[in-house]
Amino acid sequence: MFSTETSCWFIRKVICWRAAASIAWSVLLLPPTTAVFVLLSKFSLLQPIQTISECLSLISASSIFSFILLGGVIVMVGFLILEYYTVIPTIACSKIALLSQLLHPRQFINSIGHCLMGVIVGWCCAVTIGHRYKMLGRPCKISDGYSQMCLNEHHLIFLLAGAFVGFSHSLLGVIHNINYISFQIVQQHKYLRFKGSLPLVLKCSATQAFYSVRNYIVVYFFLGYIPKTWVCKTLNLQLEGSVHPLDSIAVLLDLSLLYHLWISATFLLFTWYITLLLFRIFVTEVYTFPVQSTFTEDSHQSLPKVLTDKQPMILKFLALQDLALLSQHSPSRRSEVFSLSQPGGHPHNWNAISGECLSLLAALTQRLAAYHETVATNGRAKSLSSGSERITSEPSSTGTEDPMSPRPVFLMKTPNIAFARSVGGSSQSPLTIPFTPDLDSPFASPALRRLIAPVEQCSPWHGTVQSPHIMRRAPKLWSTSTDLQVNGSPPPSPATVPGPKQEISKPSFLAQFLQNRKEQVKHFLAKRVLIMYLFNKLPEASSQALFADSQAHIWALEGLSYLVQASFTEDQFGVVQTTLPSILSSMLLLQEAVDRHFKLPHASSKPVRSTSSMEDSTYKTLRFALRATLKTAIYRITTTFGDHLNAVEMSAEHRKRLQQFLQYKE
Amino acid sequence: MFSCYLVLDSSSAKSDLAYENRERGFTMVKMCSLALFPPLSYGQITLCESNNELLSGTSSDEALKQDFIPPSLHFPRESLKLHSRPESSSKAAFLDHSETLWMRSAAAWRDGGLSGLLNEITTSHSEAPKWLSVTSGCILAVLRWVSSFHGSLFPHVTLSSEDMITEFSQVLNWPDCVVRAFSWHPHTDKFAVALLDDSIKIYNPKSAITPTLKHRLQRNVAAVQWKPLCASALAVACQNCLLVWHVDPCSLSTRPSSSCAQVLSHPGHSPVTSIAWSPSGSLLLSASPMDMSMMVWDVAAESCVPLHRVGGGGVTFLSWSPDGSHVLSSTPSPLFRVWETRTWTCERWPCIKGRCQSGCWSPDGSRLLFSVQGETVIYALTFTGTPGAPASGFRGPEAAVVVADLSETTFNTPDGDVTVGGEVQSLAWDPRGERLAVLFKGDPQAANKPAIVAVFKTRANPVFELLPCGFVQGEPGAEPRLMQFHPNFRHGALLTLCWSTGRITHVPFYFLSTSGSFVGLGGSPSLPRLQEKPADFSHQSLFTELIS
Repeated sequence: MFSTETSCWFIRKVICWRAAASIAWSVLLLPPTTAVFVLLSKFSLLQPIQTISECLSLISASSIFSFILLGGVIVMVGFLILEYYTVIPTIACSKIALLSQLLHPRQFINSIGHCLMGVIVGWCCAVTIGHRYKMLGRPCKISDGYSQMCLNEHHLIFLLAGAFVGFSHSLLGVIHNINYISFQIVQQHKYLRFKGSLPLVLKCSATQAFYSVRNYIVVYFFLGYIPKTWVCKTLNLQLEGSVHPLDSIAVLLDLSLLYHLWISATFLLFTWYITLLLFRIFVTEVYTFPVQSTFTEDSHQSLPKVLTDKQPMILKFLALQDLALLSQHSPSRRSEVFSLSQPGGHPHNWNAISGECLSLLAALTQRLAAYHETVATNGRAKSLSSGSERITSEPSSTGTEDPMSPRPVFLMKTPNIAFARSVGGSSQSPLTIPFTPDLDSPFASPALRRLIAPVEQCSPWHGTVQSPHIMRRAPKLWSTSTDLQVNGSPPPSPATVPGPKQEISKPSFLAQFLQNRKEQVKHFLAKRVLIMYLFNKLPEASSQALFADSQAHIWALEGLSYLVQASFTEDQFGVVQTTLPSILSSMLLLQEAVDRHFKLPHASSKPVRSTSSMEDSTYKTLRFALRATLKTAIYRITTTFGDHLNAVEMSAEHRKRLQQFLQYKE
Repeated sequence: MFSCYLVLDSSSAKSDLAYENRERGFTMVKMCSLALFPPLSYGQITLCESNNELLSGTSSDEALKQDFIPPSLHFPRESLKLHSRPESSSKAAFLDHSETLWMRSAAAWRDGGLSGLLNEITTSHSEAPKWLSVTSGCILAVLRWVSSFHGSLFPHVTLSSEDMITEFSQVLNWPDCVVRAFSWHPHTDKFAVALLDDSIKIYNPKSAITPTLKHRLQRNVAAVQWKPLCASALAVACQNCLLVWHVDPCSLSTRPSSSCAQVLSHPGHSPVTSIAWSPSGSLLLSASPMDMSMMVWDVAAESCVPLHRVGGGGVTFLSWSPDGSHVLSSTPSPLFRVWETRTWTCERWPCIKGRCQSGCWSPDGSRLLFSVQGETVIYALTFTGTPGAPASGFRGPEAAVVVADLSETTFNTPDGDVTVGGEVQSLAWDPRGERLAVLFKGDPQAANKPAIVAVFKTRANPVFELLPCGFVQGEPGAEPRLMQFHPNFRHGALLTLCWSTGRITHVPFYFLSTSGSFVGLGGSPSLPRLQEKPADFSHQSLFTELIS
């Protein structure tokens, strides 16, 4: 399962243990939860004593067996969470993208797993509640006298309810990005965090169970006869004629049945949500990496080394979080960052850390610039000839992202998705949107890709990315990076890579023909309502996708700015001074790009907040957080250094910008 | 005049504050009673402090006007258009009673929640079915009984939200104030003023434009504060929510639209009586006496993390230490907490007499001064150790010590005896840690017990000490209501006072800072208390020099 990741010490030594601890805790929490469930399911207002005696009588072999089953289910859910969690959300930019996420085989396995576990939990609930729900078959008398086994529909309805709730849980999980793990703004202890979120989990599971049961009843009302007859056939059970079938109006009025269904669904969702919550809490806990390793064999575990790792993402995120915290809170670890290497006297730690942070920022700046260019050019009416001129560069544009993120990008998955999707996602070319070449993404469903691939290939945006604006921009970025080299720090790699390499040839006849056909096909498809519905871009989704991994950038900005602030008093060797110009220029460049991005439509519209859901909607507002953090970071540096910044070398444009910050006019 | 030093057994201080457990030896406590202050000059207006002396004159125009002192402002009460009464009282008159019961119930549910709905059903018993109105009447009675029980535990929950703000605000006599809240920008010379008519004005000496901020939800402003390390963001604590305005400093608009304001609200978290930005500008704390949790807001993402602690019945006042390592949060009960901001754990500090009314931090965050309702002293807590150290953990204070006795003292003036002192309304410490301003409540009934501001000189190094400086007086008949120090006044300290007449004046204290530089991140640890005595003598001479 961890085919690519087993090599990583961090997954083996930290994440697995954290996951195991969280699963262990959720299994330990199962007995009290089950006790409450039993009490509530047996509760009767009129006979409180009988309720208690019934609850006590439950302690038997079968109940212990079902309890063990429940524990097994929790462990399985924990494994699924561990397998599917992500720190960078996958954001679908159109309906069709969402659909393909739902139909992805990987997701399909997840849904089936949840479905099966739902059935198991449903069985356990039915057995625990007892009475009429207890067995699948029961003896009954058919009209001609001799007894036979009949189907107990009340039992069946529980099993199917479990399956339905499990399935809808996994589907909603995809839609709401439930696998996304966000990091808290304050570092509380695990217990306090758990205690604080418990009421929310309870509320979420109760409301979610209510809606699920409502939908389930509707589905069962219309389609309930299918599984019923199937079960009867396979198990050779009879349908009892004298008893009312449950897919009738009568079941809607059977309050006791509805209550039991609801409480079981709540129990199911609660135990799973608790597992999820504990996993989130344990995994996002702060991990302290040593800034300088004492032994050489541990050197791959030190912060500067870990920061530059590309995979796994969780390691990168935790390292950046640790960097942000150490820069803010611990003077002793900061002094290690500013220290010089013992033989040689090179500031290796600072160079590695600042270089990595700067390259992160530069990558984001480029991503934003590229997105902006595409949106701008797509917004204009393009002449056919220019389009055809670009289409000839088709072969080189299969890896369109390459000029944008030439470095083996730190985000192996999402930037590609984000970039490709958002770039293609303008209203002019709705067909190109949802599919990306990324193999790991859910869009890689082969059938769908085959279906769409031709369209994608003749989409115009491959060419438009390489617009003159980018060409113009490239030297500018490059000049700032020469700056860096002069200053003796390792250059943030993406900036130094020369501009897009692409030979522009004459428009061929074939290309022009293809272009014309493509336009025709596009026009034809655009008139079909269903296709428009599926392929139309969701507003602000592309913005969200662009900033999907911005938590990393936020920490990089915080870490850099706090370190620079501390260097004013703590940096004995002037290590930071050499990098200060490049830090300032990359922050100002990013500021410019972010400002431009927020001028686009939908970029500054706030998402609706959902309060009663386990969905973590932090990713929807990451761009606002990034903007605020960026401004604060620049202010932190300008406030600390004040007029000393006038001595820093930088371009006239940046100096002007910085002056605005020094005068508090931003 | 000479100062006297009392040596107190720390157990006498303990009789007032119940401490957790630890035992401490004798503590030398220097008492600085108000009797040692320079006498009141009645009918004179305090202009400034210069050469260790408070200068006063008969009118505020006499002041030696300097460019760097912002001009004083005046908001005459008559010029403000006040609201008619809040809509809740007049609502019944306009509500269309011809609507069906269900429509009205829905409206009541929307406006007043469950109790509103029940109330509506119970009162309209002629239309509702009998069983429904009876049931809702019963539930309402049970709810009221429960809430009255809750109210008997925490008496403040029965107050209306305006009374609650009055009770817990740092502003003296809040409902009657023309200027209800005031905030200097932490880095520039601009400031925001919240007025009685629920508008906020922003004054900038460098520009002629004074933006006026109005918002539908901006009611009963209890506090305003600018975001540090930002030019534009202003947080406003309102009756039902928090507003964060983004006022572009380059904009020429005098009425920024409501779209410039972010609304932050959380169910059950109203009225908001206190807010505090973290000094790093990343987090915003908000407190409500009705909510047991203190909210930590990520303003950009509009998300919050409630920090829930049982006990106290709410949070009334928040103060973030300037170095960002600690937060003081006081509750309506005789209990306050000091949070450390790394992992957000807290220390409980129970008091015996009353709740913590006000508090302020020294610039390096190592010392907290606070006052307790019902007592006429200022206590100090000292936090030693570096809060940033990862493993060692920081060492909290072991006991609170009394640093100043503020019991009532009578001065003879030509107009008769004036009594000064008593309970403290609010405390303010200037950003260099050299002047401490104390606003006394006074007695509104007694004419000779006015509310007054007393200013102490303080010094943190080499030992902490408190010396009298003088009383700050305004125009005759004007009471100080609110005070704040300018966050970065270059020539000493600048105290801004808002008066009951609607005037805002600035009193500069000119001095050369002894510490030289501003707050460092790691303040030097304070020396053990034993060394206090020799140091005291050296300052006694300074003090005598001052009054000669």
